[in-house]
Amino acid sequence: MFSASDLRKGLKIQIDGEPYIITDFEFSKPGKGQALYRTKMRNMITGNQFTQTYRSNDKFEKPDLEERTMQFLYSQDDEFHFMDTSSYEQIFLTRDQVGDNIHFLVDNMEVQVLFFGERPIDISLPIFVNLTVTKADPWVRGDTSGTDTKPVTVETGYQLQVPPFVEEGDKIQIDTRTGEYMTRVKE
Amino acid sequence: MDRLSLLAFRSSFLGAVRSFFLGSGYLEVDTPLRLPVLIPEAEILPFASEDWWLQTSPELCMKRLLACGASQLFQICHCFRKGEQGRFHQPEFSMLEWYHVHWNYQHLMEEVEALLSELLQACAHFPAVQDANSLVLHNGKISFAGPFQRITVEEAFQRYAGIPVARALEEDRFDEILVTEIEPHLGWDSPLFLVDYPAELASLARRRPDNPQVAERFELYIGGIEIANGFSELIDPKEQKHRFVREREMIEQQGRKAGPMPEGFLEDLALLEETAGIALGLDRLLMLFLGCSSLGDVQAIQLENFTK
Repeated sequence: MFSASDLRKGLKIQIDGEPYIITDFEFSKPGKGQALYRTKMRNMITGNQFTQTYRSNDKFEKPDLEERTMQFLYSQDDEFHFMDTSSYEQIFLTRDQVGDNIHFLVDNMEVQVLFFGERPIDISLPIFVNLTVTKADPWVRGDTSGTDTKPVTVETGYQLQVPPFVEEGDKIQIDTRTGEYMTRVKE
Repeated sequence: MDRLSLLAFRSSFLGAVRSFFLGSGYLEVDTPLRLPVLIPEAEILPFASEDWWLQTSPELCMKRLLACGASQLFQICHCFRKGEQGRFHQPEFSMLEWYHVHWNYQHLMEEVEALLSELLQACAHFPAVQDANSLVLHNGKISFAGPFQRITVEEAFQRYAGIPVARALEEDRFDEILVTEIEPHLGWDSPLFLVDYPAELASLARRRPDNPQVAERFELYIGGIEIANGFSELIDPKEQKHRFVREREMIEQQGRKAGPMPEGFLEDLALLEETAGIALGLDRLLMLFLGCSSLGDVQAIQLENFTK
């Protein structure tokens, strides 16, 4: 159980049976008055934000959250299937839940799946992934008339800007937090 | 800001504060930080020191000194309050507290204006001080020239929260409404005195003779931040004891043990004449003068980052 004095940005608490993460927090205490804990939080399942001012006596349950390493198997319609490599247990997340990570997911990729109790609610990918460029305009060496970057498509269908020397078939490293090109990868 | 610059600013700020009071006929006192009895206050948590306590304010000691016949006293000291940590709170902080016999809270408000005006001139070279008479805060300019704005607590509740104070008290939402809906608006074009608090919220202040529902208490706000708390002091030992009994009951209700009743203090109270007193958060004021965004930034040592 957390008490109001434990509240801080980044803390995860349970309210009405759902997990929330505190996104903003301010301690206030008017002179001779009671301590107030102004808390802004985001529902980790629905993404809804709300703000509440708590008092010293308020208490909060710790949500049952656990990250498990899983492997991406395949996607079918709206379902993205993952497997726990030690227990072989399989679960799936919806396209909504996967969100922008869809641009970087390839078969057998290892990800962290966040469980709330037995319910998978979110995934996080490694910070860097290596993907093959499947479509790019060829680079003409010595061509200085062009721009600094050009658009390419990688194996997941994701499009991004890269330096002009990146060719079709090259493997490139992408930062999954920003979606940006990092470097070419040799194999 | 680098540490050495901070220390230099802080030193000249403290010197200017001292100068003002010594030049206005006040005696400087330094009273014990560790005491066997504290003023009972339900909403302030003291740190225990073996079976005594660290002071949460120098009020008890300073009033007992007034009973010895002193008429003007000031003190700059550290106060300790458990569980108070945030952008404008540190568990150990610096307080300026002063008392003037035969004055009431109106006299004190005028003196606050004079103090701040002199401080700004002495600190004219500080980062957030402009033209030796204004502070710059969040791209706005707060002018300290001329008398500060004054509004009553009732006016503030009506104007910014649209509800009467009595209703906020009934619904136990006074503090919450004050902090979320009212304070952010106070003290921008000029500093502001919020005056005449409900009597039940001013446990050491005397009631207004012409309106006993409110107490002669004010708070100074600058840029939405509470800086000082001043009163016409309550000197009736019977009523003060009655308020202490209430506070001790509330402390017990919270599951804590109430300390002893300050009997010695109550005896001394009977010897006092009309007096006004005020506590001002020096760290907060310095924070504004330096344009820093949190209280911890202006303390000489930041305990949060202290490597043992």
